Amino acid sequence: MATDKAIAFTVNGQPRTVTTDPGRPLLEVLREDLGLTGTKYGCGEGRCGACTVLVGGKSVRSCVTPVGDADQQAILTIEGLAKGHALHPVQEAFLAEGALQCGFCTPGLILEVVGLLEGKPNPTDAEILAKLEGHLCRCCHYPRILKAVRRAAAGRTQP
Amino acid sequence: MSDETPYTEPVERVAYDFGLSRRSFVQVLGAGLLVSVGEGLGLAAERRPRGEGRRGDPAARVHIGKDGAITVLTGKVEMGQGARAELTQAAAEELRVPPSRIQLVMADTSLVPDDGITAGSRTTPSTVPAVRQGAAAAREILVRLASQRWGVEPATVEARDGTIAHAATKRTLTYAELAASEDLPKALGQPAPPDVAMAAVKEWKVLGTSLPRPNARDLVTGAHKFPSDTVRPGMLYGKVLRQPSYGARLVSIDLGPAKAMEGVVVARDGSFVGVAAPTTHRARQALAAIAETAKWERAPHPSSKEVFDYLRQRAGDGAPKNPFADELAKAAKTLRQTYRVAYVQHAPLETRAAVAEWSEGKLTVWTGTQNPFGYHRELAGAFGLANDQVRVVVPDFGGGFGGKHTGEAAVETARLAKAAGKPVSLHWTREEEFTWAYFRPAAVIDVEASLDAKGALTSWHFININSGGAAVDTPYRAGKAQCRFVRSDSPLRQGSYRTLAATANNFARECAMDELAAAAGVDPLDFRLAHLDNPRLRAVLEEATKRFGWAERVKNRQLDVGVGLACGTEKGSYVAACVEIRISRGYQDQFAVSRVCQVFECGAILNPDNLLAQVQGCILMGLGPALREEMRFEKGEMLNPRFRSYLVPRFGDVPQLDIHLLNRPDLPSVGGGETPIIAIAPAIANAAFHATGTRIREMPIRLPGAKEP
Repeated sequence: MATDKAIAFTVNGQPRTVTTDPGRPLLEVLREDLGLTGTKYGCGEGRCGACTVLVGGKSVRSCVTPVGDADQQAILTIEGLAKGHALHPVQEAFLAEGALQCGFCTPGLILEVVGLLEGKPNPTDAEILAKLEGHLCRCCHYPRILKAVRRAAAGRTQP
Repeated sequence: MSDETPYTEPVERVAYDFGLSRRSFVQVLGAGLLVSVGEGLGLAAERRPRGEGRRGDPAARVHIGKDGAITVLTGKVEMGQGARAELTQAAAEELRVPPSRIQLVMADTSLVPDDGITAGSRTTPSTVPAVRQGAAAAREILVRLASQRWGVEPATVEARDGTIAHAATKRTLTYAELAASEDLPKALGQPAPPDVAMAAVKEWKVLGTSLPRPNARDLVTGAHKFPSDTVRPGMLYGKVLRQPSYGARLVSIDLGPAKAMEGVVVARDGSFVGVAAPTTHRARQALAAIAETAKWERAPHPSSKEVFDYLRQRAGDGAPKNPFADELAKAAKTLRQTYRVAYVQHAPLETRAAVAEWSEGKLTVWTGTQNPFGYHRELAGAFGLANDQVRVVVPDFGGGFGGKHTGEAAVETARLAKAAGKPVSLHWTREEEFTWAYFRPAAVIDVEASLDAKGALTSWHFININSGGAAVDTPYRAGKAQCRFVRSDSPLRQGSYRTLAATANNFARECAMDELAAAAGVDPLDFRLAHLDNPRLRAVLEEATKRFGWAERVKNRQLDVGVGLACGTEKGSYVAACVEIRISRGYQDQFAVSRVCQVFECGAILNPDNLLAQVQGCILMGLGPALREEMRFEKGEMLNPRFRSYLVPRFGDVPQLDIHLLNRPDLPSVGGGETPIIAIAPAIANAAFHATGTRIREMPIRLPGAKEP
């Protein structure tokens, strides 16, 4: 067993330190040590996107990211998106378009889109689709999700 | 289906038996007015009938608190299919309140009536009426209470927006005021009238509208706790030792290395071996430490390449011979073909998960299942518990598709929790799900048919080996017809999947009908219509082909573009699809589905937006097994138990979709979450023939020469 290490980062703006095996998946530390269960396990191989969080503003698959890699980083999870009762515009777009069935893929998708729009406020449709291709929705609610993402992207371009 | 028989689906359970002690368990709701349909109030767990909560079932449905809060109870579950919205609508409609006033409690076996398994598209035709009946009875009791208090005839008062009103005297009483009433015991003493009026379709205010998922906000904020998100005080994380191959027997194992690890609990009970630890990571390490000491005796197991022969050789009492040999002998044209469908899996995004907690001999399990009362019985059976010593709670969970009918993950978790003396969470890995959950059965389907000189179907003989009898009967007119399902000995554990065997049977039938049309020299649409009497099936077929421009598309051929159609009926609903595929030539020819035009009809539509989502979801989910999905196995091991090698549909697979819902307010509502999946695969195979001239009689559908993954 690897030696435990103290790993410090911020999660949703809060400074946190965990002392643990740095090889543990970030996903499991978020869910089991920090109680942030909004980030989901779907495949454990980075192929479904359910575990997506933002690290330093970039989307990562937390199921294949060792927690040690997040040392000194800023992590954003689904729990940190809304400001009090005010939802993030991407969350609003998903609600407005009814862009979920079971909702298990929703947090990962929302964070992917937040990350995309932060880095690229006016993405092309091809850029949107390229990002979404890494996410699975087994309810196959793809058309409605795409509508929500386009709605969120369009909202960004308006003053 | 008989009204007396609870709806069931075929499931192969894992037979765990961990017999333990018996104690009792009581759970009650808060004070207030509790309305039962048929009988007085009481605890659901004590009087639980098995099966669907139909009208007259002695089941508590509606609770109105003294604060006016309305709680409606159902044994159905929400897994993304929209039951929470539709059952909320059902209650709101009959209680005459806005849907936001309704809190729907789903699938907590200590609180709710047994509405049967959430499967078979039964929520709409069975549970929606049961909830409406209960809600209407509650409304009627409130009407009587108010009219008694005012000394007026019940017929002169009206229930509206959570209030009973007497227009003549301008008096009103809210439901909350009535629930707090001292007259309550007297009112409850009167049985709910059996013939209480329910809103006619033309009076619907809430039903028939697109109510969104009531808890959608919690899903976009991450606040909703899925079963795998459940956390209990002091909870450990579990892992279970799996066989290295199907049928392997555990000869020996050294549990010592795991027992030596700090904080790790090890459980062994017969062939069951599992660990629990403070983190999943530690549990994984503990399991790995003992797994490498395990000695196994492997068993022979067929490979997926030879499985169709294997199934045919083991076909039940032998497939019945075609009794219509004379028709075949004198026919102008005949068809004799075999169609094959591979094993596939549901792969819900949330794999099997449970949290189990023992307290004073009583067991509570939070889990994702379509079969809460079945799990309840399975847990009671596995641990030798009385009915009231078990509680199963089913939070809205991450997808089912027919794949979550058996309780093995819940039983495993409960066994680990028993050993640990602490709550345990178990969340199957994707690889475990792809290997040890059950599969949609593979199918071998033999079709023999004959045509006379005028192109009329004179005989139809259809044998499904292994996959099931759903929609095995043909909707087409034939001089003589025999359709049978014959069991076999599946080498994989198999069970339900969205619309069961109707997909396989419709694939074979609709492909065969296309072949027969070609043999008769008739357009596939005309050939079907010439043999189709059912007006509802004709209507969806005619509508879909009209919207697609079928006649034009068939006439104006384009290079490397194919069009195909298929239709079908199952569970009282009707579907037809036209598809367009585009071939890309290269080192290996491939094709993509570029357009789907589908028409669906399931009676009066309860929630148009949700129905559209279900139809879209069915089409796109159906693309997977039509194009790529298949479980591949060899020497008892699954070769592709991962999303990188088992390729489910993604965003890039979405074709242009033209979906039309035919509303029939004059007909009873039936479910729409399954049948829309059955037309897509045969329509694609028929389009592939149109484009290439080659018949492909297998799912997944691959062009000749295409490399298997």
